[in-house]
Amino acid sequence: MAQDSDHLGRPIVVVTGMGVLTSLGEGQAQNWAALTAGSSGIRRITRFPIAGLRTNIAGTVDFVAVDEPSGPALSERLAERVIAEAIAEAKIGTAGDFPGPLFLALPPIELEWTQRRALADAAGVNAEIGYPDLLRAAAEGDRRAIYERFLFGSVGEHLADRFGTKGSPIATSTACASGGTSIQLGVEAIRRGETQAALCVGTDASVNPESLIRFSLLSALSTRNDPPAAASRPFSKDRDGFIMSEGAGALVLESLAHARARGATILGVIEGCGEAADGFHRTRSSPDGKPIVACMRRALEDAGLTPDAVDYVNAHGTSTPENDKMEWVGLTTVFGERAERIPVSSNKSMIGHTLTAAGAIEAIFTLLTIRNGLLPPTINYETPDPAIPIDCVPNVARPGTVRHAISNSFGFGGQNVCLVLGAAPQE
Amino acid sequence: MAPEPQFPTDRPRSADPRREVDRQALITGIGLVSCLGEGLDAHWDGLDRFAAGGPVVDTTSFPPFPVHPMTALELDRQIPKRGDQRQMEAWQRIGTYAAGLALDAAGVKGNTDLLGRMDMIVAAGGGERDYKVDAAILAGLPGAADPGAFLNEHLLSDLRPTLFLAQLSNLLAGNISIVHGVVGSSRTFMGEESCGADAVRIACARIAAGQGDLFLVGGSYNAQRPDVLLHYEMGRKLWRGAPTPVWARQDAGGGMALGSVGCFLVIESRAHAAARGATPLAHVAAIATDRCRRRPGESAATATRQFAALDGQFDPARAAVISGASGVAQPTGEERDVLARLGLPVRATGSAIGHSIEPSFVANLAIAAAAVARGKLFAPLEPAEAPMTAPLAQALVTGWGHWRGESLALVTAA
Repeated sequence: MAQDSDHLGRPIVVVTGMGVLTSLGEGQAQNWAALTAGSSGIRRITRFPIAGLRTNIAGTVDFVAVDEPSGPALSERLAERVIAEAIAEAKIGTAGDFPGPLFLALPPIELEWTQRRALADAAGVNAEIGYPDLLRAAAEGDRRAIYERFLFGSVGEHLADRFGTKGSPIATSTACASGGTSIQLGVEAIRRGETQAALCVGTDASVNPESLIRFSLLSALSTRNDPPAAASRPFSKDRDGFIMSEGAGALVLESLAHARARGATILGVIEGCGEAADGFHRTRSSPDGKPIVACMRRALEDAGLTPDAVDYVNAHGTSTPENDKMEWVGLTTVFGERAERIPVSSNKSMIGHTLTAAGAIEAIFTLLTIRNGLLPPTINYETPDPAIPIDCVPNVARPGTVRHAISNSFGFGGQNVCLVLGAAPQE
Repeated sequence: MAPEPQFPTDRPRSADPRREVDRQALITGIGLVSCLGEGLDAHWDGLDRFAAGGPVVDTTSFPPFPVHPMTALELDRQIPKRGDQRQMEAWQRIGTYAAGLALDAAGVKGNTDLLGRMDMIVAAGGGERDYKVDAAILAGLPGAADPGAFLNEHLLSDLRPTLFLAQLSNLLAGNISIVHGVVGSSRTFMGEESCGADAVRIACARIAAGQGDLFLVGGSYNAQRPDVLLHYEMGRKLWRGAPTPVWARQDAGGGMALGSVGCFLVIESRAHAAARGATPLAHVAAIATDRCRRRPGESAATATRQFAALDGQFDPARAAVISGASGVAQPTGEERDVLARLGLPVRATGSAIGHSIEPSFVANLAIAAAAVARGKLFAPLEPAEAPMTAPLAQALVTGWGHWRGESLALVTAA
């Protein structure tokens, strides 16, 4: 029987339950089938008017309804559904009583135009309107539900109420690395012996006019609107930006000893985590790729592995000119000549960039890759970039044995996380 | 299964008592700015003279809400590049400035080796909006032939592209990495008051477990913003009218008076501080965070468990409470009753610096550290608070969120 502790004598952290929801569908089965078939979840936006927008496509989740629609409301609903799937698979705890803390990757929350406009309408002013008018309107009606909905703590608190997680829920944002950070927080808590189990979740439902336009103004989004499914093309020469997308992923983490003692099915191992911040620029990474390299190396060191042990890379692969180039620089530095031979695929070619949720969703897809021995493709790979001679598993899924994989997440603001994921230990 | 108790730093975890001491979490640098000024001395003086001198408060900008304004900051001293200053909104400038003060105080500013290994946890909300753009769009929407197209067109043409970067919660941390070179790691926690306490708790737990040696922890808040006032007014959480201290507000229904605050702490293991010859100010001997649904009595029960876990770790004759009470009626009333049973001298600092949401707990830890380092408590802030003439050896810091979350820390001499 395998040991319960890792190369540094720390508890081994395993995954015993997973839940995932993206623009491709709900649940592991639907997502895995679509992902390995090379399907795209990117479509024309129908949630709000697209007149005048430079980018009018996204990976929205339109099949989940919420009352009083808003980013936090949909983020919370998506999180509820993936947590339910993960807990059901893990068969852990009892209903409404999860035996550990919640680590939640959450997009920033602020009042949206729907609510702002309702206040303006209530203020009853036409020509000149300002915040004093909105404040006056706020004083008149009962808007406590809106207040609570737009507290940063509301999503985590509501999830803690519903699932009975223990202690103060942590809501974290490291931009596009947030999902990875939520998993790292869970791994650290289990390694400290603070808990035997943790619920790590990433969720994002930020496709609204202002968020889309903000990314558009940073020239971060693809403007290849037709056809939508062809827009996300990581590592291609003609890539032109990422696609905003929605989704959620949840993982039940446990110490191996705890999982084994209760006879749980082990889906995989979180072998190592690495992070590094970049002080170069607010939206661009250091030209030398040092922080990207550092986070991958730290993750491998944390896992007690050398680069040679890595069989597959689940890339950040956003399809922006900058990211994919810098990720390749990082990969060649870490893996040397092997970089051209390691399969590296980007789930974002199909689901787009799920932003805050990406690290959690892509960790789940990486674990499914390991379990199924099938590498999801990078679709829309038609025009290779000569500067990036990568094996991106072009266009068609490919069988492959993966014992150890890394999953990269790099965020605006210079926050980078890399996870090392491994196959379940042999009994 | 109950989770492990969340008082990691003083609990025996290793068979080697010397290792336990080595892994204690010490505060070795503090950067604090608020309406009372800049630095610990300014805050000590401002708090000590508060009852006599009255509040530093702006009652004219956002009537009927009093707001404690940020003191004038010489930004160039901590954010030397004007380009960096322009890329930030006020909440980020306040936080980046306070972070620089903390790094200076700890003697690590500019030390690329230490900053390259430093782990950062920032407690943040979101950034300022462009109020003129909001107002213009709201004025135009009712008459627009196609409101959706109107909104898209004006957001696209009127929003400054870089404003997004001043709004994103994680970009305070991003700016600290850029301006001060803190690049070991960077995490941002969100969630009003609780996230500040959780940031400190996780830093201390990681130090105790050997998951890090040197941390920068803190946050900032700009209260001089109509959008945050709008949010809390929708929740009926704000105090209206003449500035009134926290406990005195309770006779008139309670409410928050917000204050602009920036506070960062350098927290490091005792062994790490000793090895580099740093002078510690105080020891974070225990910290707990928890939550409940806030049904009547639940917060009190949570806090009572937290105090019970500290039993024997402090001397009631030489301890006081620095309370983060927001002023909002239900939690403040319950906290007042819990603290009355405890019987220690109490100071609710919100009376003087305002309630600052995310960094409020960190700021109160800083004030507690200053009191412990001086060995005495500052004068009462209002008649409901008892004077303390005995020497102060330990300070308890409470942080109850105005909506959710209950936190408690014990600060002792280093």
